[in-house]
Amino acid sequence: MSDTPPLVATPSQTVGPFFHIGLESGSQKRLAGPLAGEEIRLLFVVTDGDGRPVADAAIELWHVSGSSPVSAFGRMPTGEDGTCEFSTVRPPGDADQQLAAHINVCVLARGLLRHLNTRLYFDGDPALDADAVLALVPKARRPTLLAIADREQPGLWRFPVRLQGKDETVFFDA
Amino acid sequence: MSSRPGVRGSQPPLDYPPYQSTVRRAPHEPLIRLPERLSDLNNPVYGWWPIGEVDNDLTRQHADEPQGQRIIVSGRVVDEDARPVAGALVEVWQANASGRYHHSNDNHPAPLDPNFTGAGRTTTDAEGRYTFTTIKPGAYPWRNHENAWRPAHIHFSLFGQNFLTRLVTQMYFPDDPLFAWDPMFQSIADEHARQRLVSRFDLTQTRPEWALGFNWDIVLRGRDATPFEERV
Repeated sequence: MSDTPPLVATPSQTVGPFFHIGLESGSQKRLAGPLAGEEIRLLFVVTDGDGRPVADAAIELWHVSGSSPVSAFGRMPTGEDGTCEFSTVRPPGDADQQLAAHINVCVLARGLLRHLNTRLYFDGDPALDADAVLALVPKARRPTLLAIADREQPGLWRFPVRLQGKDETVFFDA
Repeated sequence: MSSRPGVRGSQPPLDYPPYQSTVRRAPHEPLIRLPERLSDLNNPVYGWWPIGEVDNDLTRQHADEPQGQRIIVSGRVVDEDARPVAGALVEVWQANASGRYHHSNDNHPAPLDPNFTGAGRTTTDAEGRYTFTTIKPGAYPWRNHENAWRPAHIHFSLFGQNFLTRLVTQMYFPDDPLFAWDPMFQSIADEHARQRLVSRFDLTQTRPEWALGFNWDIVLRGRDATPFEERV
């Protein structure tokens, strides 16, 4: 650490309702990066405190892939029904660090003065019980961080993002 | 790397009722603090960004020039230790000179400009510098409260060293009379931090007979983002 006091970081402001103009050309369903492993699809649905779909959110995903030191990245806007879908590979866990396989998720939207951070885990993963981050989350709220496998479509995982209210998703201060 | 909270009031709260859209969208549960040393949060993002030749010149993306006051917006992206952040992707979007976005959901009855999309992108150089040429965006009305108008602004999205330094924000212009009534600007309680959002007119960046210059430096969160060994 340096001895001088840090500069004050530039404050966040909302992405607003018209971010598609600037961010859509950098958006794609398939994550970019060194992808190796089991192919998966991730279906997000973002809802507000009234349970209504959030049609003007953007979801960003960052995850480890194989032993690469860079994060695979993807970004998609939600549609009228609040959903967006990605295609990527299932990331590896890291038993040494007590981390189960997970994907870092950023949620940006009109009405969010700062973006929200959450983590997507995979339901049924035996490593969940030893995960160092899940251990910080009250047990009753942990299910909000689990993507659920679709019964009819193999490889498809569903992850609801509830911004507020009943079964509100756990968000992290990073 | 740091995830310190920083100066109190230097970032906006999530729940801020003067900005009405927060009311049904801001989480009510407290955020849970992530451990500082999670390795994957420090990974750089895969740099796949396609950057075209005119992507940082919003006045040259169509057959003719857009209407409005031509401006050059430039500055440096640094970390909290004032070290340059090189290779950061900077994406911008904005309204046109009359305050209308090139977006199907913008119903403001002001003219669209066929020569202006309002989107740009670039990456910072070794000294953390970026430059955009564009036109000054207009203020525009929104329905947040009675006679609500947004101050003129340019949206900025930045990818720094890693997940923790991700920043989406807005750049404003000096002395805008609308600041006092804008809940987004006013959501930053700390005056010094709030002024970080305001660009500075810069005669040295002003090109004679061509365009006004505005300087806007951006400070991304995080110090010690470089591994210790590399700092010795």
